[in-house]
Amino acid sequence: MSESKGVWVFSEVYDLTLEMLSKGRELADKLQTELAAVLVGEGVQQRANELIDYGADKVYVIDNPGLEYFQAEACVGVLHNLAVDHRPAVLLIGSTRNGRPLAAKLATRLNAGCVPDCFNLSLDEGKRMICERIAYGGNAVATVTFKSKPQIATVPARAFEKSTPQNRSGQVVKVEVKIEPPKVEVVERKPLETSRVKVEEAEYLVCCGRGLEKKDDMTLLQGLAQVLGGQVGCSRPLVEDRKWFSEWIGLSGHKVKPKLYIACGISGVIQHVAGIRDSKVIVAINKDPEAPIFEIADYGVVGNLYEVLPALKEALQKQLQ
Amino acid sequence: MSQLKVDPGTRQLIIAGAPKKISDFDKNALEEAIRVKEKLGGIEILTLTVSSEDAKAVLREALAMGADKAYLVNDPGVQGVDTMGTAYILAEAIKKIGQFDLILCGETSLDSFSGLVGSRLSEMLNLTQVTFVRKLLIEDDNILAERALEDVNETVKAKMPALVAVTREINQPRIPSLMMIMKASKKEIVNWTLSDLDVQREKIDPKIEVLSVIAPTMERKKIMIAGETVQEIAEKLAKALIQEGVVGR
Repeated sequence: MSESKGVWVFSEVYDLTLEMLSKGRELADKLQTELAAVLVGEGVQQRANELIDYGADKVYVIDNPGLEYFQAEACVGVLHNLAVDHRPAVLLIGSTRNGRPLAAKLATRLNAGCVPDCFNLSLDEGKRMICERIAYGGNAVATVTFKSKPQIATVPARAFEKSTPQNRSGQVVKVEVKIEPPKVEVVERKPLETSRVKVEEAEYLVCCGRGLEKKDDMTLLQGLAQVLGGQVGCSRPLVEDRKWFSEWIGLSGHKVKPKLYIACGISGVIQHVAGIRDSKVIVAINKDPEAPIFEIADYGVVGNLYEVLPALKEALQKQLQ
Repeated sequence: MSQLKVDPGTRQLIIAGAPKKISDFDKNALEEAIRVKEKLGGIEILTLTVSSEDAKAVLREALAMGADKAYLVNDPGVQGVDTMGTAYILAEAIKKIGQFDLILCGETSLDSFSGLVGSRLSEMLNLTQVTFVRKLLIEDDNILAERALEDVNETVKAKMPALVAVTREINQPRIPSLMMIMKASKKEIVNWTLSDLDVQREKIDPKIEVLSVIAPTMERKKIMIAGETVQEIAEKLAKALIQEGVVGR
């Protein structure tokens, strides 16, 4: 059997593919091997050259009418066939809600290990891939490696930054394969609304977590954000559990680095902390003196955000005059 | 999860003392099975777990909630298996149990949040899989499920047998009454070891190796601001932020 080589990336989300290409390039260079992207969809051929500009040496294109939307069986089948033929050493799969099950199914077919949701990837001296991920409900970082190949990892959005596209040359390989028919029929697709405010670019961020009692109370945060000339945001539970908002700050959401981050009623699980750790100054306001957010704050106030926020707004207005 | 402790010296996570319980996600899966049974009738709910330790207490909880029978694959050889090995043992146990219409599982587990076992299991059993299900309807031998994805809600239809992974929002798991807990003590727990199953030992060798699990640190000033009144605290904080140079320059 020939030795496994090559780093591959795949995601049904285009931006995530570009982000993984940036990390994939770094890994491929260190392994002195080629970086390939697998592009699956309908009318995707035109994007192949762009993937090369973003770092790919090779792009496998599976352009098939009927693949307009993601199909798990089709993608698993395509990736499995390609991987059996070309034996990549590393496979990076975009960690979306469709991508994670896809990676797990692919790993099972390839009799391979899979490490999900890696926020960092590197190589040890033996050129094994080292993955870092959050474990235990956000209380720890697990460092994991592989005992066999291929080494499959899933990568969440915004874990890595896209590189700047350069005019590069590479190979585009059109792959003609039989597409596995879907086992699941999609009856309806209802897009969710997403806001277009770029919190990544905010200099001042006032964010709330479970401590916010009603959705409308966001006006309290907006009041303070206005005085600072910043924006507001929230942590994941207000999106996932309460459905009040559509986007959150945190490792799996938006990673931010404002000059000032004010966390109100946010307990501070590490997924959230990992998303704000590059902030210059962190202020935490929380009723619970034991809240872990205080461990990572520059300034902490034990108190009710409903009292502290209006008072802080007033104090800042007064002192900034 | 709040009972996990960190060793202050090494920042290693101390997991041994953490209580073992049904993960919240798995409770949602069981609750959904019970609701399907209540609605359609004529269904038997089996619950199955793989553990290197005696997990009977966990299964009793599942039986008290409403499962009819429990299966436990309990073997020291399970220690250290990864998601591939776990899924393989589950698959072999399910083959031994026999016929089924639907496998419900939690989207992920609370400890590792890996969310791989269900998908791996569906692949091994060559089953139709529907993930991230927040609403489930069963009509004849079809399932109709609403899936919550990042930017879209999808309604999908699939034929049973199938494997469905549910999210936490699908339902509110019931808390068993004393009566249910007492009734559960009479229900059967089938106890298997790996030798009872058609498991090839080399197939459960882990594909991955966990090098460390460490609680991270971050260097911050950690200055707590206190005062007699909220106004006093707010003024001190505002002053500190201005002196820090992050506000007003």
